[in-house]
Amino acid sequence: MSDVGTLALLTMLGAVVGLDFVSFPQAMLSRPVVASTLAGALCGSAADGLLVGVLLECFALETMPFGASRYPEWGPASVAAGAVAALPHADLLAAALLTPFAVLAGLACAFLGGQTLVWLRRFNLAVAARYRDELVTGDSAAVIAVQWTGMVIDFGRAGAVTAAFVLVLIPARDYLGVRVPAGASSAGTALVGAIAVGVAGGAVWKVVHTTKGYRWWLLAGVVAGSIAAVLR
Amino acid sequence: MTASRTLPWGTWLRVFARLFAVQGSYNYEVMIGNGIAFAAEPAFRLLPGGRDGAAYRAAMARHSRYFNAHPYLAALAIGALIRAELEGEDPARVERFRTACCGPLGAAGDRLVWAGWLPFCSTIALLAYGIGWSATGVVALFVGTFNVGHVALRAWGLRAGYREGLKVAAALGSPVLRQGPLHVARGVALVGGLALPLVLRRVGAVHPHPIVFEVVVAVALAAGLARWQGRVDGLRAGMALLLLFLLYSVVR
Repeated sequence: MSDVGTLALLTMLGAVVGLDFVSFPQAMLSRPVVASTLAGALCGSAADGLLVGVLLECFALETMPFGASRYPEWGPASVAAGAVAALPHADLLAAALLTPFAVLAGLACAFLGGQTLVWLRRFNLAVAARYRDELVTGDSAAVIAVQWTGMVIDFGRAGAVTAAFVLVLIPARDYLGVRVPAGASSAGTALVGAIAVGVAGGAVWKVVHTTKGYRWWLLAGVVAGSIAAVLR
Repeated sequence: MTASRTLPWGTWLRVFARLFAVQGSYNYEVMIGNGIAFAAEPAFRLLPGGRDGAAYRAAMARHSRYFNAHPYLAALAIGALIRAELEGEDPARVERFRTACCGPLGAAGDRLVWAGWLPFCSTIALLAYGIGWSATGVVALFVGTFNVGHVALRAWGLRAGYREGLKVAAALGSPVLRQGPLHVARGVALVGGLALPLVLRRVGAVHPHPIVFEVVVAVALAAGLARWQGRVDGLRAGMALLLLFLLYSVVR
């Protein structure tokens, strides 16, 4: 990672989308299709970021952030994955497997990021415990302090996690890139696309299979989409 | 004190803005409880005695306790609780309401938003990508579409909650919450079915070659995940396949 300015921008983007995921404002800026595309744009190729973002979005369809359940955190992971795909890389051999590597790295980072959310919630609990006496008496300053502390720490957490992901993944990409043998599958992007679309298909079915008449709606969509895909 | 029909605009705006931070201190003990007090605080300033009054402090203490609901539909509870506090409802009744509405608001929000509106907007974005939209177009479409529903739901919740007060259960029978998930799920089925072949086509086109093998992989994986739903996690299965492919490409 040679460009400190780019790292700073990616860190800031990761902090914003990480904060968005749970704390503020949940506008879904943290979704892969947004976060990865923005990271790609910061690194000079929004199209590369979009490709990885769309593939990660297919995987993200599989997870729903229900309540206090544990789920992957997509924001910082998608920023890092978008950067992996979009930052310039010297070795052309790496390009063959660049997208699969970026997507797999994004998925792994999403699980790691999800663990840091668990830590954040425990930290928030510790902060609230520190203010317990004031909260019991209805001290508004304590309520506001607990709330702001949670958001500021979440912002910092997401930024730090993003920076760590980028600082590990970019050198890893470049290290692996020069070691990929000649003749490595050039169909990597298409295959990762197939896996992502397969997972998304399963996720769509999971969402709709209890809906009355879903088969017909799904069938109509698949038939129309397939015809359009063949004709394009 | 009897609540006036409407709150001052400044108060509405402050409460509405704070709704977006309702999960800012989410934790495993009080969940979004502190966020409820944080969001409602500007309205509690209207209680007798203002910020220094006993009623204000009592309300803040009550509402910073445990509460859990879907973050968007928490607006409905916050509106109702503000009305109840400003009307001087019995604290025991307010507490019962808080306890009773957690489950329904959580379930309705999860169904409408996390399992409905969000997947629908995701598939809309995938469709836009599949038909060749640019990065800016896809991102703008997703963020714009999702947040029209998101912001409208929070605004409706706050207004409906304040209008109905503790009788807000009637608002839970709103067509948006009762019929909305059904229509949105049909939309997910239609748009998802439409989008996925087009995404596969466009992704395959990045490295042009016949994509029959990829179609077979995608269909088999989707069918397998649907068949063994609950037993196979799609996310982990997809990761494992990706890892195998990468290892195969590197070591062969």
